[in-house]
Order: sequence, then C-alpha cells, then structure tokens
Amino acid sequence: MHLFLFLFFGAVCAGAAVNLLIQRKTINSALSLIVVMGSLALLYLLLGAEFVAVVQVIIYAGAIMVLFIFVIMLLNAGDEEQSKGSNVAKIFGIPSLFAGGIIGIWVLLQHRPEEKLLPIGALYGPADKVGMMLFTKYLLAFEATSVLVLIAIMGAVVLARRSDS
Amino acid sequence: MIPVSWYLLLSAFLFACGVTGFLIKRNIITLFMSIELMLNGVNLSFVAFAANLGALDGQIFVFFVMVVAAAEAAVGLAIIISVYRTRETLNVDRVNLLKL
Repeated sequence: MHLFLFLFFGAVCAGAAVNLLIQRKTINSALSLIVVMGSLALLYLLLGAEFVAVVQVIIYAGAIMVLFIFVIMLLNAGDEEQSKGSNVAKIFGIPSLFAGGIIGIWVLLQHRPEEKLLPIGALYGPADKVGMMLFTKYLLAFEATSVLVLIAIMGAVVLARRSDS
Repeated sequence: MIPVSWYLLLSAFLFACGVTGFLIKRNIITLFMSIELMLNGVNLSFVAFAANLGALDGQIFVFFVMVVAAAEAAVGLAIIISVYRTRETLNVDRVNLLKL
C-alpha cells in the first residue's frame, strides 16, 4: 500500500513537473505547479511530516500560487513568445549535460551507503514537537524570518506602487 | 517500506525540471515558477533526510525555506508588475537594457 501510494503520487508529481515545462500558456504551467505541490504534500504525509504537509498546502498551494495566478490574470499573460536558442547551447550544452549526468551517476554509484527503508510515517514529528523546537532551539532564526517577511511586505508595496507622484 | 533514495531521486528530478524550465523558458512568470519547483524539490529531500535520521530539524528548515519562498514570491511578483509597467513585456529576452 505504501509502495503504491508513493509510486502513484510520485508519478503524478513528476508528470506535472514535466507538464509545467511543455505547456505554452502560463496559466497551465501554474496549474500543474499546484498539482506538484499537492502531491508533494501527500508525500510529506507518507513520511509522517504532518506539519510540513499542512503548511505546504496552506502556504505554497494556497498563498503563493494564488499570488502567481493573480499576477498572471492581472498582466494578461497569454502564450509564450518563441525565440531562437543560441547555437552555443546546442553544440556545447547538450553534450556537456549528458557528460555531467553520466559522471554524476558514476560518482553516486561508487559511494553507495547502506540504505535504510522508511516505513509509512517514518518521521515521528507531531506539530507540537515542531512548535516547541521552533520556539526554543531555532528562536533567533524564527524572529529573523519575521523581520524578513516584514521587509518583503514593505518591498512588495513599494515596488508595485504606481509612481505618479 | 520505501528506500530513502527513491525520495531523493524524485527530489533530484523535480530540481532538474526546475533548472531546465529556468533555462529554456522565456516568460518571466514561468521562470519564477521554475524557481518554486526547485525549492519544492529541495524541501522534499530535507523531509526525506529528516525521516531517515529521525530528527525534526529538517522540518524546521523546510518551514524556513517556505517563509523565504513566500517573501521571494511577493517581492519578485511586485518586480514583475513593475517591469511590465515600464517595458510592456513579459519576455525576458526583451528586457535587455543592460546588455552591451
């Protein structure tokens, strides 16, 4: 059952990621990115990371993607314009991509550690434990992110403002 | 029972899709979505390693990555709106004022 769930949602995730690349319309890419995020939330649930799964749905699939789709509709982004790729990319890029991939796979196969099998819900981390850790061990980083978000809000307001003064 | 490397393979695949999209796409909003895809791939490997090691720290890191992604999306989309107002295009090849 675990294997079936992993394979199903992993395939959905990978397929939607490829669909993001091949779609021409921006809104279709955005919708397939939402599918990627939703299936990733289910994979997090399979790993037992409930807090991350819920936050993934609320923040990523909810807030961030709504912002993206809002901007796509606001700017009326239609089909993507085609432009010719450079010849350097065709001559050097694709062979070096294959060479790099083969070298990477070879290095990874050389150093292959013992693998642990993860059972369903392997990570025992309910939200209260995560919250305790967030407010004790990582308190400074947490406060720093609140400053970061405040700066980001002000930056977004300043940048998107119509400068007709 | 799933080996941890399967999760890492999926994570690497998502990251590679993000990099490919960033390199081949021309629409500035799609480039942004490719960056989000890369961040999602990294998040998956964080959670997989956290489950492998039995430590919760990976989940905290995923939380911080999400906060940074949200901040980046807000500022980046504001920049996109600003670029569209001044240049009237979403094609990154046409935003070339700094090009020699």
